[in-house]
Amino acid sequence: MVVIKKSRYGDQELGLPRFARVSFSSLRSAQMDWQGQKRAEIVMQFMLVVFAIAGLGIGYTIGSFPTMMLTYAGGVVITALITVPNWPFFNRHPSKWLDPSEAERHPKPHLNVAAASKKKAPKHK
Amino acid sequence: MHSFGYRANAVVTFAVTILAVMCGMASLSDNFNSPSPTADVKVLNINWFQKQPNGNDEVSLTLNISADLSSLFTWNTKQVFVFLAAEYETPQNALNQVSLWDGIIQSKEHAKFWIHTTNKYRFTDQGNNLRGKDFNLTLHWHIMPKTGKMFADKIVMTGYSLPEEYR
Repeated sequence: MVVIKKSRYGDQELGLPRFARVSFSSLRSAQMDWQGQKRAEIVMQFMLVVFAIAGLGIGYTIGSFPTMMLTYAGGVVITALITVPNWPFFNRHPSKWLDPSEAERHPKPHLNVAAASKKKAPKHK
Repeated sequence: MHSFGYRANAVVTFAVTILAVMCGMASLSDNFNSPSPTADVKVLNINWFQKQPNGNDEVSLTLNISADLSSLFTWNTKQVFVFLAAEYETPQNALNQVSLWDGIIQSKEHAKFWIHTTNKYRFTDQGNNLRGKDFNLTLHWHIMPKTGKMFADKIVMTGYSLPEEYR
């Protein structure tokens, strides 16, 4: 199922090709689905640790402290670019909410029957 | 991790925490360094040796200080602070330490040095005990790291003495 979101500017005005209008629409939405959130967290932790170990290893072997810092800083930027925006591959399992028209056909039961009878009793005294 | 701001905050916080761990490990790596420094100091001349109006002895020396401290430097060294102190004993004090000269070495290339100088700081006693005094010249150094623990050590050189009479 393909979701085409309507924006104020309209994808046609941006001149994006058809596949971009369709797949990167998730970037404009702030919410990731649950599976995507879990994936994003794991990817973030893994990448940061890997870049830290790489930086430490390269810096110690070469004997250059700035090399370690720059390697790690680059790694942090790459991790942020992959993990933070709401990319489409984080939205492969969208939550299936109940359709509003279906919900209306099964109204919530009223629970104020007991409260109504209590109110009536003092009046009829 | 449900919004942009939440994920951005998580990335930044975790990245800074890991940075702290990296700095700790960089400091620990300094323990693997086994330094072998050498130093030699010659007192070339006693320029003058007087009792000052306030009653304290003072002496001026010309020194030749040569040292090779390049093995102290690691990848995590910012600079090495080195100073030369005269150490001796008096009836009032069990140990007197008077700093005569200091310097800052900022790179391994400058760590092997040779300097011919008078004492940068005054060699003054608390009292007038310096006549005929035997003293040690000790080269102290502090290895100041880029991150983490600072190491300090010294080399003691013995066998120096001051004249019996004022000059």
